[in-house]
Amino acid sequence: MARLNVNPTRMELKKLKGRLSTAVRGHKLLKDKSDEMIRRFSVLIRENKALRDEVESELAFVLRQFSVARSVTPSYEAEAAFAMPTVSVGAECEIATVMGVEVPKISVSSKKRSDDLPYAFSEITSEADYSVARAADLIPKMLRLAQIEKTVRMLSDEIERNKRRVNALEYVMIPQLEETIKYIKSKLDENERAAVIRLMKVKNRG
Amino acid sequence: MEGKIAIIGDGESITVFKACGAFAFAAENAEKAREVLRKIAKDYKVIFITEELAKPLAAFLKRFDEEPYPVILSIPSKNGSSGYGTELLKSAMERALGVDILFNE
Repeated sequence: MARLNVNPTRMELKKLKGRLSTAVRGHKLLKDKSDEMIRRFSVLIRENKALRDEVESELAFVLRQFSVARSVTPSYEAEAAFAMPTVSVGAECEIATVMGVEVPKISVSSKKRSDDLPYAFSEITSEADYSVARAADLIPKMLRLAQIEKTVRMLSDEIERNKRRVNALEYVMIPQLEETIKYIKSKLDENERAAVIRLMKVKNRG
Repeated sequence: MEGKIAIIGDGESITVFKACGAFAFAAENAEKAREVLRKIAKDYKVIFITEELAKPLAAFLKRFDEEPYPVILSIPSKNGSSGYGTELLKSAMERALGVDILFNE
């Protein structure tokens, strides 16, 4: 491991010792952070998987049902029927922090969910009613999935970045500092010995 | 903070969500979807996009992962799930953990 290019003086030695202790402490903290993030990540990803499977199967069903329901009415009529929705859903969006990573936190803001469908009964078959109702029920779940999946993605990025930092400290920074400190120490000792010997020689001559 | 929900997809898959009160944007191909997305990304907090459109735009969508909002979620369209969502999940897991803890059955 290459040592740092510094002058072998006491000043430098002191400075480097300070840096080493900071690096070691930082390494420990980052390692702990990484462990905790991985723990949370594995919890989240399990939930994510379960929720995604659920949402996907449900959604596929709703969409298929709806597409069947729609196909019995002419498409322009269907378009017209759905053009003016009477309900609106919103999402309450906040920001939560998971181990210093800012992640979204979404909750459904329950807008007036009037049971009226946005069209007249004569316009469209009853299957469409069912699928619209089911889709409306599905939206909170989809929002939750969106939140978790985004969190998982952001967390995985952060874990990767953090891992890189830990490795840089562990395998580059700390060995480098240790090596340099050792070098300066041996250099200083050498100088001291040289000084002692010189004094002895001078004394003997006299 | 109150956010709006949007969905991008082919005409048929999105109509049902329109009826539920989400804002629907039709896009027949990935290029169109990219344009729509660029336009609405600031105004909507949650954007659902169908897998067919999300897949070619993966690199573009990755950029949105830097900030908490907007949240972009790929959902299966009326043709059923292509397993793209699970794939994304898997890649995130492998990047973070280095091992597969879910799908190794």
